[in-house]
Amino acid sequence: MSALTLLAKTDCHINAGCAFPAPGLHSFQFKPIFTVGGVEFTKPMLLAIICMVIVVGFFWSAFSKPKLVPGKLQLVGEIGYNFIAKSIAGDVIGKKGKQYVPFLMSIFFFVWLMNIMAIIPLANFPSTSRFAFPVALALLVFVTYMFLTFKTHGFKGGVKNLVWIEGLPKPLVPLIVLLEFIQNVITRPFTLAVRLWANMFAGHMLIVMFSAAAWYLVTPSFLAAVAGGSLLLAIGMTAFEVLIQFLQAYIFTLLAAIYISGALEEAH
Amino acid sequence: MMTFLAQGGHAQNPLIPETVELVVGLIAFFIVFGVLGKKLLPTIQKTLDERQDAIEGGLERAQEAQTEANQTLEEYKAQLAEARHEAARITEQAREQGAAIIAEMREEGQRQRDTIIAAGNAQTEADRRQVTVALRQEVGRLATDLAGRVVGESLEDAARQSRVIDRFLEELEEKAEAAR
Repeated sequence: MSALTLLAKTDCHINAGCAFPAPGLHSFQFKPIFTVGGVEFTKPMLLAIICMVIVVGFFWSAFSKPKLVPGKLQLVGEIGYNFIAKSIAGDVIGKKGKQYVPFLMSIFFFVWLMNIMAIIPLANFPSTSRFAFPVALALLVFVTYMFLTFKTHGFKGGVKNLVWIEGLPKPLVPLIVLLEFIQNVITRPFTLAVRLWANMFAGHMLIVMFSAAAWYLVTPSFLAAVAGGSLLLAIGMTAFEVLIQFLQAYIFTLLAAIYISGALEEAH
Repeated sequence: MMTFLAQGGHAQNPLIPETVELVVGLIAFFIVFGVLGKKLLPTIQKTLDERQDAIEGGLERAQEAQTEANQTLEEYKAQLAEARHEAARITEQAREQGAAIIAEMREEGQRQRDTIIAAGNAQTEADRRQVTVALRQEVGRLATDLAGRVVGESLEDAARQSRVIDRFLEELEEKAEAAR
């Protein structure tokens, strides 16, 4: 835990006349590891690359030489593959979903692993709590969504698919068209990115908060009990985060599938 | 790496994405997507399809084997039934033949017995006749001799002699009948 490390170094406790180093936005900003031509390379980027290597490495060792009777690693990989292919692509998009499985699977495992990094010792930071990473993925989903909408329906049909709802009373048409446009073209990509980012941001903040407080309050006084409670909460939040990390990766992937499905649908 | 900017450091608006991170994120994602989409997922999908085929093929082969086994069993049963039938038929035939042979033998025995008895009877009859004739001649000669001597007169005439003997014998027979 970065905050904890700092606290441990600084030995900042409540009885040492030290103000509580409350976590904040600064907890999400890192000194560059190195700088190349004015471009700063930071820890979240390193973690994203490590996640990429782990995802590729895992599925490479599981799937590169597949056997008819799978080994343990291949079996685990197949469970992951079937989860995306059947529970997300198959259930949401249907038969056409088969060709989007690689996209959805890359999103899910990349996002999930970046989320998990929040509770992995030494990493202790979810790259997805830096807004740029969810934005990058949401942007890809949005581009795919738009591309498929216009590819399936043509320009006119695509626009209609995005803003039009059949059978509206005439006075409502301008309002609904405006709302539909805002929802499909502006809100969808924005909320997709913000939902993931905010969840991981808040989760990291909570864990840092309770960990920092536990360390800050560890003193030879009754406050040690409060410190113990804070530590328990930090542990509890960590366990809870495991669930959130999976859930957010799942929701992100599920929504991507729903958008793709909406783009492929005949008029709605 | 484990440290963050000190509290005094500038804190950006967290909702403004950093360009470098955006680029790193996109590159990392495209590498994952490329390797999974181009190489790994088609490979595993192929394997899954092959496995499906293998399982279905295995089931099909098992079905075939089952059908064949059933067919063989039917054939075997049919053959067995036929063999049983044949055996029963042969047994029945043998029994019939045996009965026929016994009946024939019995008949043959009866016939032989009858023949033997008849032959015996005929022989006895012939003997009796022969004896009768011989006796008759002997008795006749004796009687004639006796009568000739008694009467003192040679009764040479054969016809008379014969008549006298016959009459004599008939009287003897009648006496014998009466005595019985």
